[in-house]
Amino acid sequence: MMLNWIWTGLLLVSILCACLTGRTEELANAVLSGAQSAVELCFATMGMMCFWTGMMHIAEKGGLTQLLAKILHPILKHLFPDLKPGSRAAGAICMNLTANFLGLGNAATPLGISAMKELKKCDPQCGDEANRSMVLFVVLNTASLQLIPTYMATIRAKYGAQNPFDLLPAVWITSICALLVAVLSAKLFERRKVRG
Amino acid sequence: MDKLGSWALPITILLLLLFGIFRKVPIFDTFTEGAKEGLKTSFTILPTLVGLMAAVTMFKASGALDLLSGALKPVTQFLGIPEAVTPLILMKPISGSGSTAIFTQILKQQGPDSFSGRIASVLACSTETAFYCVSVYFGAVGIKKTKHTIPAALMGDLTACLIAGLAIRFIFNGST
Repeated sequence: MMLNWIWTGLLLVSILCACLTGRTEELANAVLSGAQSAVELCFATMGMMCFWTGMMHIAEKGGLTQLLAKILHPILKHLFPDLKPGSRAAGAICMNLTANFLGLGNAATPLGISAMKELKKCDPQCGDEANRSMVLFVVLNTASLQLIPTYMATIRAKYGAQNPFDLLPAVWITSICALLVAVLSAKLFERRKVRG
Repeated sequence: MDKLGSWALPITILLLLLFGIFRKVPIFDTFTEGAKEGLKTSFTILPTLVGLMAAVTMFKASGALDLLSGALKPVTQFLGIPEAVTPLILMKPISGSGSTAIFTQILKQQGPDSFSGRIASVLACSTETAFYCVSVYFGAVGIKKTKHTIPAALMGDLTACLIAGLAIRFIFNGST
């Protein structure tokens, strides 16, 4: 939806700017080279992409997601006080978060949607307004932590990084800080709204 | 500390394999089954990527990107963020493929092991696309009033911008 506007805006501004600054030739070349590099990128990353979805499929088949979900459960009790322990909503949330953690984007989204559906079932009066569990769940997803960011590393490798994974600790630190701040702000905003 | 990164990958693979053996998963069959999924994903994102990468390259070639980054320079300079990374920060909460397009541009031009390249790498994968998550998850259950979701998510993105540079300096201390 939003991308419709952004994409059109990007093109219009580019064309306008190129005409004004006299860079129409560069612009014409950019159309070709941009589209070309998208295809190159896609093919260059395909191998790694397949390898990792393959490896992660082994984890999934072996039940690693369920196993981690069990470990995660005690933490979740504090984050979602409205949730009944052992409810289906709680299970779906755990599964979604672990899938994100393992970088299983394709598995995480359907799990997350079913978690949202369960959350809505628990609170049928909410209508079209989000309750605090829903907000926190979506916030957790926007700031999700990924153990091995393979896609980033693949692109780094393509552009000749000496060791594509050497900044992994920096990713973890940044990711954890972002997650903590996002969750804390969600909790703070929520409290302010309740009082106000 | 940067050695940790080079260990993480082989150990992860080893653990996954051991886990698969322990749980009696048919390893190679399962692997190929999963790899097929990766192939599908690659092809599904290709059209989006072509559109966005063409747009981003055009935006850059036209000089519009320099104007924009220049206008935001006082803010980014204050926060200690390299100018080259600014477009990624702007795109990150809005579109995943869009930020991939900008991310690859930065790596191509600045090099993956430069300071800007490293910050861009960290930012590219430390948070998810906020607006995508909000529209997918709330859209699926017909919720329109998302309350404080977007402000909280953007606080996370902002934190990532502030921390990324510090984390990079800390890990590669002085070598960039």
